[in-house]
Amino acid sequence: MELEELTITQIHRGLTKREFSARELTEAFLDRIERFDKKISAFLTVTKDISLRQAKKIDELVSRNEEIPILAGIPFAIKDVILVEGVKCTAGSKILENYIAPYDATCIKKLKSQGAIILGKTNLDEFAMGSSTEHSAFFPTKNPHDLSRVPGGSSGGSAAAVAANFCSFALGSDTCGSIRQPAAFCGVVGLKPTYGAVSRYGLIAMASSLDQIGPITKTVEDARIVFEAISGKDPLDSTSVQYPISNIQYPISNLRIGVPKEYFTCPVGSRMDSYGAKGIDPEVEKIVRSAIQKYEKAGAKIEEISIPYSTHHSLATYYLIMPSEVSANLARYDGIKYGYSTVDQKTEKPKNLMDVYLKSRGEGFGKEVKRRIMLGTYALSAGYYDAYYLKAQKVRTLIIKNFEKAFEKVDVIMTPTTPTPAFFLGEKTQDPLSMYLSDIYMAAVSLAGLPAISIPCGKVAPHHFENRHNTRDKFNRAKYGRGQSGGGLPVGLQIIAKPFEEEKILTIAEMFKKL
Amino acid sequence: MITKKEVEHLAKLARLGLAQKEMEEIQKDLSLILDYFNLLKEVNTEGVTPTSHPISAKPYLRKDEVLKQPSEKIQKLIELAPQKEKGCIKVKSIL
Repeated sequence: MELEELTITQIHRGLTKREFSARELTEAFLDRIERFDKKISAFLTVTKDISLRQAKKIDELVSRNEEIPILAGIPFAIKDVILVEGVKCTAGSKILENYIAPYDATCIKKLKSQGAIILGKTNLDEFAMGSSTEHSAFFPTKNPHDLSRVPGGSSGGSAAAVAANFCSFALGSDTCGSIRQPAAFCGVVGLKPTYGAVSRYGLIAMASSLDQIGPITKTVEDARIVFEAISGKDPLDSTSVQYPISNIQYPISNLRIGVPKEYFTCPVGSRMDSYGAKGIDPEVEKIVRSAIQKYEKAGAKIEEISIPYSTHHSLATYYLIMPSEVSANLARYDGIKYGYSTVDQKTEKPKNLMDVYLKSRGEGFGKEVKRRIMLGTYALSAGYYDAYYLKAQKVRTLIIKNFEKAFEKVDVIMTPTTPTPAFFLGEKTQDPLSMYLSDIYMAAVSLAGLPAISIPCGKVAPHHFENRHNTRDKFNRAKYGRGQSGGGLPVGLQIIAKPFEEEKILTIAEMFKKL
Repeated sequence: MITKKEVEHLAKLARLGLAQKEMEEIQKDLSLILDYFNLLKEVNTEGVTPTSHPISAKPYLRKDEVLKQPSEKIQKLIELAPQKEKGCIKVKSIL
């Protein structure tokens, strides 16, 4: 087994038993990035100097026989929307292309104090707005399972980096699936913690009532280790909360799993179809259902449940609340305090303050960001506030209540993470609504602030795509080639629990490999 | 359907300088997306309290006082501004 394929516990053991040094390990990852990231484009910045400096310190500790924390010497990557002091943080945007972070995010401070090794910053959709990493202002990232397909997004660089063994684990952020969806597309584990579980201090804000940092890892065990390291209350984030992580056992014979019917039905030709939702891919449905059946065979009780408003209505609610918060949060990019400014440019000088705003923002932001700022401005503007923003906030309450009701009957809820496996590069960039729809199974969970994990639960066989008479696929095949998904495309199983029950979903997710 | 005039007004409110072509694209996209929101009309929300924060934790307030920061930290923040003078951020005249 290559060093780059090891799990966190395996690396920890190797380091403490001196089977390899932190330097050797770090160099192995750096070398792999150097050789293969040309194809994948997962990284925006590689912090070679920092990582080797950190590795040296760990090797010194080990050589002095000092005990090291579990994450000491573990090389990881960071979505480029989380600040690392002294390192560029672009948020995937031209407007922050040359922004050097003046301080560490709280989660980075925590990982640094354990001695985790920073390999670099990963690509994302601009300001984390997107589901494919194609909205990055710099370049798209490719899916390691098939280079003609997207890795998902917005944490696409992080998920691709983990899948390609460029790092041991990565940090992502999830506002409406941005950890879970790329994890599903890349065949890795992605945990979106409860809203408030991980401090957002030092995370570039997108939609503050939804944003949450979480780990993208190779195994569920790794996700647990990273989550425990980064979670907890932080005086610098007033929404952060402390809660005990208990090692409760969940015997599978007592487990009640809810399977919401809304997540499996949206037949072609139904009303929703007019919005471009083709429903769930039958192959994805089969794989997810058979994963759930494995739990049933092991003794769990499966209950079909209904969670009203948890798919399309949730997505619509999300696309009102998120842009509203975006339009307020992104007001800070004004061409004055930091980031891209028209006053720095050689072009025509701005005449007045308004001109500085209009030009700096107009030139600095990309298309999707502008679209969302405009949408949010509309939803919040006089005359529309009640009909759109307030209405969405009320529906959000109903969605939360509907989950509460569901959890009276079941312990966890299982759904597909996404309706389809990874789509082709360029397939959805011209059609914003169809891009938004790829997050349909994750919106309700985000609105309710619930914890959820996506774990790989199987692969769609490559021949499935060869046989399909789908014009869109034919078009893409003509344009991008047949794809190289020789080993198939990963499918994700989403496991959802009540707020603060990360422990439960991690335990249940961990059972899967033994079923 | 959202009008061109509305788009221009919104762009000004949002302080976004948009090219003509961008205006047209956004007009088209917003109309499509707003149409999707019609779904919510069928949800009865009478008497429902709006949610702005998904987890009802106790609000955390700190004392309203200035926390003294080291001067290097302040310097670092000022350094990020495109235009500065004598340790201050330079802004075009407001009035």
